[in-house]
Amino acid sequence: MLRYTLQRIIYMLITLFIIATLTFFLMKLLPGSPLKSQDKLTPEQITIINEKYGLNDPLPVQYVNYLGNLAQGDLGLSFQYDNRPVTEMIAGRIGPSAQLGLQALILGSIVGLILGIIAAIKHNTFFDYGATFLAVIGISIPSFVFAGFMQFVLGVKLQLLPVALWEGFSYTIMPTLALSGFVIANISRFMRTELLEVMASDYIMLAKAKGISQSGIIIKHAIRNALIPVITIIGPLAVNIMTGSLVIERIFAIPGLGEQFVKSISMNDYTVIMGTTIFYSALFIFIIFVVDILYGIVDPRIRLAGGRK
Amino acid sequence: MDKVLEVKDLHVSFDTYGGIVKAVRGVNFDLKKGETLAIVGESGSGKSVTSKALMRLIPNPPGRISKGEILFDGRDLTKLSEKEMQKVRGKEIAMIFQDPMTSLNPTMKIGSQIMESLIKHQNLSKSAARERALELLRLVGIPQPEVRINQYPHQFSGGMRQRVVVAVALSCNPKVLIADEPTTALDVTIQAQILELMKDLQNKIDTSIIFITHDLGVVANVADRVAVMYGGQIVETGTVDEIFYDPRHPYTWGLLASMPSLDTSVQTELAAIPGTPPDLMHPPKGDAFAPRSAYALEIDFEHEPPMFQISDTHFAKTWLLHENAPAVEPPKAVVDRRRSMSANFAKPRLVEEAVR
Ligand SMILES: Nc1ncnc2c1ncn2[C@@H]1O[C@H](COP(=O)(O)OP(=O)(O)OP(=O)(O)O)[C@@H](O)[C@H]1O
Ligand SMILES: [Mg+2]
Repeated sequence: MLRYTLQRIIYMLITLFIIATLTFFLMKLLPGSPLKSQDKLTPEQITIINEKYGLNDPLPVQYVNYLGNLAQGDLGLSFQYDNRPVTEMIAGRIGPSAQLGLQALILGSIVGLILGIIAAIKHNTFFDYGATFLAVIGISIPSFVFAGFMQFVLGVKLQLLPVALWEGFSYTIMPTLALSGFVIANISRFMRTELLEVMASDYIMLAKAKGISQSGIIIKHAIRNALIPVITIIGPLAVNIMTGSLVIERIFAIPGLGEQFVKSISMNDYTVIMGTTIFYSALFIFIIFVVDILYGIVDPRIRLAGGRK
Repeated sequence: MDKVLEVKDLHVSFDTYGGIVKAVRGVNFDLKKGETLAIVGESGSGKSVTSKALMRLIPNPPGRISKGEILFDGRDLTKLSEKEMQKVRGKEIAMIFQDPMTSLNPTMKIGSQIMESLIKHQNLSKSAARERALELLRLVGIPQPEVRINQYPHQFSGGMRQRVVVAVALSCNPKVLIADEPTTALDVTIQAQILELMKDLQNKIDTSIIFITHDLGVVANVADRVAVMYGGQIVETGTVDEIFYDPRHPYTWGLLASMPSLDTSVQTELAAIPGTPPDLMHPPKGDAFAPRSAYALEIDFEHEPPMFQISDTHFAKTWLLHENAPAVEPPKAVVDRRRSMSANFAKPRLVEEAVR
């Protein structure tokens, strides 16, 4: 297990290096400059500023400097916000985003699993069709439409929940719901399919032949086996939440990472864009890593393949 | 000998989009204490459906037992509630499936899978169940049971897994053990070991076995009696000797003629049974085997044959046994093997169809 983990960490670092490189060169290809948008600077001032940020150096030098800083955890200084370090800006914004993302992922997974399990147990009944209908809605309607709808109904009309801002738990409810819809829909569909397949397998038949009750079979035999493939989609769903939060944080005026990221793009704030991209990538790679570890915990066959003695 | 199990006029059908598949169409047989009954027949003849029906394991929908009785210990299993049935499964009647690679739960330790039924049916504590599981693993010949009990199925070979499945099935000393092609997925030496193991354990705990197979070679080794199934019906039953040396149904002839045997050292040609199995959605009128049979009589296409009795233990469902039927010559492979049975009646008797 240790060797496997180390191997995985090395792969993660390589992936991160590739992403950092790509981000850097893509950034250089981007038209426009962070300074042009103001247009109040004299050419001399621009030269001075370019010098200060190292933008006059040849590209390879810039690249090496950038990688060197990155290795030390330094993501550079913002062009727009009084030279604040990007790491500090990310750290200041991560709280609301993390809370929102985790809440959406946990809520989405739990509700999705429960819906999927019930739909499988009661398959081809009214409940199953209802769950399918909800899932189709959840998958096809974008989260921002759902968010706007909730703001109108729950916020404006019924006045049950605050329409926007970030001032306590009640403010998290609507954005969490908006982000978890897609997760619920996907997990419930997937879980239903997997569980039905598992229920038709030989070992479930053997468990029945042992005289185990239907509920015992589902709880002790079926769910665990059905969960294994479901775990694999948690990674992509986490990414969906991350990208969804870019829009959702804007809609609900949440001071999170996504909101800052969107702003930095419209202001050509190079270092913030690059830093946040790399941060998101690292997070994503980490999530996939955690999912793989989870996989190993649930599936004894993987554990062995990982080389545990 | 007293009967442990008596199946009367069992019908099982599946409601599919295309129509109703009548997979089992009036099966009658009984099982005596301590005996092994083999059910043979080609693929799709309804062997597995029959055996699953005995344990009420036919998935519903689409399947259902549409008619008939399964008398076990004086109770009709078809009438039991699901709860009552759970007390029968695993405790009174146990089952072994064909493919040991898929019949164990991949994410549950071997020990837990054996202990499960012990805890459920014998009210054993966890530690007592564990002790018994170790004992069972030893009994079915698994080395190092203390280590093995904590392992998962993927750490076992196919033969070892089937031993575990046998241990699971025998854990509560069932009165009836249904083995649905328990050795088909295993290679020949392992096959022999598993069969040996089953026979051994049968003697120890005095279980009756229903042994399903399409390998007649295996039948000769394990069974006391044989039931030959075709198209959802039992077309011939008898002792092993009666079926092998004095078969009466053309389908049984076909099966025997298509069986390679070691004792006929001369190169005998294996005769495959021509044609395809009957469409169970629209079973043919008359004898279901008639369209494929070289011995079919005109009446076979009109009326379903009744059961004729050749001896106390030998029954066959074919018009050829009717007193007005012409004498026919069975395939050479069958004739070569034929012996006269001293217990046979002077003339086949028509069985009064009381249950039909
Ligand atoms: N769930 C089902 N739905 C529809 N038809 C079914 C179903 N299960 C079995 N059948 C039908 O019942 C018939 C008998 O099947 P069964 O599995 O009992 O055959 P078998 O004798 O065990 O064959 P094999 O030797 O291949 O195991 C087949 O024609 C099959 O198509
Ligand atoms: Mg079968």
